[in-house]
Amino acid sequence: MNRPSVLPFRFVVWFWLLLLPAAAAAAPPFSATLENGLTVYILEEPKAPVATIQVWYHVGGRNELSGRTGLAHLLEHMMFKGTTNHGKGEYSRLIAKNGGTENAFTANDETVYFSNLASDRTELGLELEADRMANLLLDPKEAMLERDVVKEERRMRTDDDPQSLLVETGYALAFLAHPYGRPVIGWMEDISRLTRDDMAAFYHRYYTPNNATLVVVGDVSAKRLMPVIQRTFGSIPSRPVAFDPITPEQPQLGERRFVLKREAQLPVVFMGYHVPNYSGADAAALEVLGTILSSGKSSRLYRNLVYQQRVALSADGGYDPLSIDPDLFYFYGMAQPGHTHEELEASLDQEIAKLQNELVGDRELQKAKNGLLAGYIFGQDSNFFRAMQIGRTVNVGAGVGYIDSYVPRIQAVTREAVRRAAQQYLVKDHRTVGYLVPLPPSSTPGTPAP
Amino acid sequence: MALLAALGLALLVVAPPSAQAAAIKPVRWVTKSGIDVLFVERHSLPTVHLQLLIKAGGALDPKGREGTANLAASLLDEGTDSRSSQQIAEAVDFIGASLSASASPESTVISLNVLKKDLKAGMELFSDVLLHPAFPEEELKRVRQQIIGGLIAEEDEPEAVAHKAWQELVYGTHPFHHPTEGYRESLPAITREELIAFHHRYYQPRLAIVAVVGDLTRKEVERLLADHLGQWKNSDQQAPPTVPAPNPTAPQTKLIDKELTQSTIILGHLGLSRNHPDYYAVSVMNYILGGGGFSSRLMKQIRDNQGLVYGLSSGFHAMKAGGSFSIDLQTKNATANQALAETMKVIGQFQADGATQQELDEAKAYLIGSFPLRMDTNAKLVGLLTSLEFYNLGLGYLNDYPKKIAAVTLADVKRVAARYIRPDQMTMVVVAKQSEAKIASPKGGS
Repeated sequence: MNRPSVLPFRFVVWFWLLLLPAAAAAAPPFSATLENGLTVYILEEPKAPVATIQVWYHVGGRNELSGRTGLAHLLEHMMFKGTTNHGKGEYSRLIAKNGGTENAFTANDETVYFSNLASDRTELGLELEADRMANLLLDPKEAMLERDVVKEERRMRTDDDPQSLLVETGYALAFLAHPYGRPVIGWMEDISRLTRDDMAAFYHRYYTPNNATLVVVGDVSAKRLMPVIQRTFGSIPSRPVAFDPITPEQPQLGERRFVLKREAQLPVVFMGYHVPNYSGADAAALEVLGTILSSGKSSRLYRNLVYQQRVALSADGGYDPLSIDPDLFYFYGMAQPGHTHEELEASLDQEIAKLQNELVGDRELQKAKNGLLAGYIFGQDSNFFRAMQIGRTVNVGAGVGYIDSYVPRIQAVTREAVRRAAQQYLVKDHRTVGYLVPLPPSSTPGTPAP
Repeated sequence: MALLAALGLALLVVAPPSAQAAAIKPVRWVTKSGIDVLFVERHSLPTVHLQLLIKAGGALDPKGREGTANLAASLLDEGTDSRSSQQIAEAVDFIGASLSASASPESTVISLNVLKKDLKAGMELFSDVLLHPAFPEEELKRVRQQIIGGLIAEEDEPEAVAHKAWQELVYGTHPFHHPTEGYRESLPAITREELIAFHHRYYQPRLAIVAVVGDLTRKEVERLLADHLGQWKNSDQQAPPTVPAPNPTAPQTKLIDKELTQSTIILGHLGLSRNHPDYYAVSVMNYILGGGGFSSRLMKQIRDNQGLVYGLSSGFHAMKAGGSFSIDLQTKNATANQALAETMKVIGQFQADGATQQELDEAKAYLIGSFPLRMDTNAKLVGLLTSLEFYNLGLGYLNDYPKKIAAVTLADVKRVAARYIRPDQMTMVVVAKQSEAKIASPKGGS
């Protein structure tokens, strides 16, 4: 699918993953809850002798306090810095020397740790995840070093990337009260002030078995794995988790607009509309709407803005229903050289107006559904994506049943439902519009100092 | 938690995981017209992944026409003798398929991912764009403008800017020096006739590899290729195109000034080709130095112990005709010189002392043990098959790779570290706010 790689914070948030259609489970995954509250999902997929392990902590940028943004993400980095049993970097070393790959990511609603291993090494992955759930060191010196690393990460992903900055600013303006307005990587000034004690408090508060979900997908047997999970995670004590209240975003009363100026090449327009999440009745219609707008070279934004009018170099619109709180339906366009923000915005507006005024064609609707359903089947190719779907649906509260109901929900969307969704949600009063205004280079090429 | 640690230790004896790559048994045959076919039968999903590789890419672009191979690939689905650009897009999207084509320096790859139930429709489109592209003048103008727009947009990506500049310096006049997309200056010169000629000359069955993975039998694949590519004829019998090996250029330093908070630094020189017998020793050596993520020396020293970088890696980019070695890193402008000096220190020490036995064992265990993860989806497998055939590695590669890695010794690592990393020969590009980075001397004072 034709999705922008520019939307928030590649890898830190992995927005592109969140937009993939749900992967199907032929049979529902095995599920169990340990006595300490750890929820477990196991999906047996014997096609290759490998398995993916993911631990989902139900905490992310959404749970940070003002002045402490970036804390969930910095703690994610610290989870690789040693436990009372395994020293700094040992987690990565042990996974690698057993032929595995590993990483982690932090998003608004979750912090996720994963490893991909040969299935006969699953036990090792589980041992190490259980270990760092309970025994993290959080060495003060390491904490300060890692804080520097994360500041470099922010410079690379956001500060030196004009498009990321535009999206960051757009979210900050669209969400005045709700934490989705704060960047997951954190404001630079906040990151600079985070302390080892902040990390320790966050870890002790949120990293408990009863606030986590373990997902294993691959060539494994639930029957054989459960005793291992019981042995590795079962003895970790549960603690009650008290969440701070989250300020709900109040309905937006009128369009918000902003301009971001910095050295860049081409004008970019960002627009974000407040929409309901998966729990709203219109989620499927909005998903189909996003597909009609952006999926493939025959989609409306590509065909009209890129192909015919040639006002855009790229244009996208889309929506991910799987968030805990309502998020944005976004539009994003980069102007072709020689074209302006105003032209681009007018073209985007014209596409939105068409969706509000005219019913989409029968064939166009069928094409969008075919695309979503084919994507759903192709998604099953990867254990990792299937584990992601389980983790995401559980994490936001939709439940794994959401995966199975995906096909009928998409099939049920009508032309009228698409038009109604466009009329109800893509309204100017509920949107934030941002322009990236490129400034010319400020200086001339340098030469090496003597 | 002593129990946990003890159990952990028991598991951690270095031995390759049991996952057997050998469980995947590709079959290979050559069609009458000379298409080299590889196929793996996989019935777990009702899907088909198909890739066709043409042994011609950007390195064959005529001088002054850089970007020809990529422009030709980009125009395949923009109109054929019987279908317009929009008709093709509509038909592909209607069956939820993906059909794409792209060029790299040495090859062009056209991919089709399609549900099995729509395979016939998908293959009709695939063969139409491959065999009968019309290169319409109007679409050529449009796509060219779009590629040029993309090149302009890329100037906001420090890594892309640094890499392009570095490649030009390292490859000098060799065809690998130019970006596959071409230049803003060269693209306007490319004509429709030149694209047709490029297609005629290189898009031939005898220069093609097809890999198929999916819910089919060999018989079905044979019929599919006969039905849809059976009419594809060789247009000539000229010798297959070759690209000469690159020659080293003199080390240079280039500083590019931009309003950035970080310095993006690339340094390195020529490397080795994919078919070189040292490739496997080099893979192990590079894993230890800077290719092995958090297990590598560069990452441990410069990120974990000093907090100077987020991104840092070393890599050998090995192609058929030759390749390159580079170290890529980003650090805030104020620490550019420090990060560079530390990088050179790590390299110097590594070359002087070589690897430890533990590093060697762990590198080999990772490379062998993670091999199955490189083919655990149909999408990954089809790409792996195409490239192992392109590099003439043979179907035995799936079994041979672990053996070749296992055979690498400490002496090999030391030898290839000395031979393929040459600190005094490094070409460096720094994209940064130069007034803050103040690059002291090339290669950080080595």
